[in-house]
Amino acid sequence: MATIKVQRPKLSAGEKIYFGAIFKGMVITLRHAFRSLVGKSVGAKELNSTGVGITMQYPEQKWDEELPEYYRGTPALVTNEEDREKCVSCQLCEFICPPKAIKITPGEIPTDDEWAKVEKRPKAFDIDMIRCIYCGMCEEVCPEEAIFLRPDYVVTGTTRKEMVHDKDRLYEIGGKRVGLVNKWNDLK
Amino acid sequence: MDTTLLIAAAIKIGVFIGITLSFVSICVIFERRFSAIIQDRVGPNRTMVPLSILGFKKDFALPIGGLTQPVADGLKFILKEDFTPAYVRKFFFWLAPALVVVPALLTMAVVPFGSPMQIGESWIPMAVADLNVGPLFVFAIASLSVYGITLAGWASNSKYPFFGGVRSCAQMISYEIALGLSIIPVLMMFGDLNLGHIVEYQAANGWLLLPMWGEGWTLERWLMLLPLGIAFVVFTTSIFAETNRMPFDLPECETELVGGYHTEYSSMKFALFFMGEYAAMVVGSAIIVTLFFGGWSIGFGLDGMLPIGAWWVSLLHIGCFLTKVTVFILFFILVRWTVPRFRYDQLMTLGWVVFFELALINVFLAALILAFPAIGWGGFIGGFIALVIVSFLLIKIAKGASTTTREYGAV
Repeated sequence: MATIKVQRPKLSAGEKIYFGAIFKGMVITLRHAFRSLVGKSVGAKELNSTGVGITMQYPEQKWDEELPEYYRGTPALVTNEEDREKCVSCQLCEFICPPKAIKITPGEIPTDDEWAKVEKRPKAFDIDMIRCIYCGMCEEVCPEEAIFLRPDYVVTGTTRKEMVHDKDRLYEIGGKRVGLVNKWNDLK
Repeated sequence: MDTTLLIAAAIKIGVFIGITLSFVSICVIFERRFSAIIQDRVGPNRTMVPLSILGFKKDFALPIGGLTQPVADGLKFILKEDFTPAYVRKFFFWLAPALVVVPALLTMAVVPFGSPMQIGESWIPMAVADLNVGPLFVFAIASLSVYGITLAGWASNSKYPFFGGVRSCAQMISYEIALGLSIIPVLMMFGDLNLGHIVEYQAANGWLLLPMWGEGWTLERWLMLLPLGIAFVVFTTSIFAETNRMPFDLPECETELVGGYHTEYSSMKFALFFMGEYAAMVVGSAIIVTLFFGGWSIGFGLDGMLPIGAWWVSLLHIGCFLTKVTVFILFFILVRWTVPRFRYDQLMTLGWVVFFELALINVFLAALILAFPAIGWGGFIGGFIALVIVSFLLIKIAKGASTTTREYGAV
């Protein structure tokens, strides 16, 4: 390898004394500190922060409006326009779930029910949110478009039991979803 | 000695050590918050009083922006496991942290915190020990802390701490010379080594770097600003090196040495190093303020209007002193985030080639200005020419020495 001799730049007398550079640096650091104090840090506006730095103060300030459509938060079950549970408890999501977070107890729909022809719906549907890795495989695999990853990300609890979402909780998060394929309606 | 003085001494020891230690925790919170706002961050701002671990229903959130953070940090240090590796030299390993903290706290003894207080007949100086050799005592004791760091590095029996210890040893010994030489002009100016008297003089006749009242309006005082300014710069920089603060924190630079000399330490033993370092910073600020910025004096001739000796005046002065020290601590932190770390040979060149010579020449420059009334114009100009020639030769030799070391890598 060829040796390249790099000439160090010649410093002027003022640069050699070094104080000018230190003073300039101090002005810069102080300017940042001052801007933080008055709440006008660079970039604070774009990032929607408090202004003390560019950091967002989390529980008070949230970024929910900026969340993208495809955000993968907690998995939840949905009902269709006619309030029918879309899940038919085929258990595909249970089998695909990599961390084995989903547990379904299938149940029959009684013959006198309006939706008897669907035949099955879950008796119990538990998702252990301690195990869930938010991969979205359940949503991917669902043939009925019944399970979705919602943009809710605040899943907290003080016990392990609280962290297991049961069926009621899942429908509460998911809610009603319109405009999906309705393969069980009367016309078909 | 009468009982009033004894009781006063006991109270002063308690209060001043308390002030120093609480200043250490204030340093920690300042370091974290001020660094944060410099870097456009927030820093620890929501530490509360954790009543819930005591069984209460809710934590108690004081609206003080995380001021209880140092308490939490301290508790964390105490509660962590104190691990001593099997391969260390136990005795010195245990001794080293104490050797770092004790000198830092001892040096605080000679610093006058406030104006003397009059109780009954006796005047109580607001320093634990009103020594007549104040700065010398500070240097003598402060240099002992190098033992703590070096021993920590050696006793850890591990390569990175060893490097840290060796670096620190060389660095602190080198900068002690510049530190000692740089304040000789200051002491010549005062003609006194008692820090209490030094501050009283500054209160009456203008701070050393701000001769704006009393006798401060003389031409001699203004001319002295040049050597005193140099002394201030050299002294402050040397204090930075002595306390192992940022531009000179080679003994513990994380990028190269993991944690430097305290790599093997944990829990309270590490906390003692931490405390010693910050206590040294507080003491350094206190000494700079005492020597150059009028210590406890409020300044601008206001001290003369106050009834010196009244208890509230002393407290006011203590408050003023602590404010100045706080400003200097903030300055320390500001420099930390402004100036990048030196390379080791640059550090040594700065200490031995630049500061040592500068401080030496500065002593003679100050002497020349101080002696002007006695020697007259002739003596002054002659002396000045001699000084210029000697400084020129000195710089020449120093430059030669530094290029030799750079080329042949003697360091």
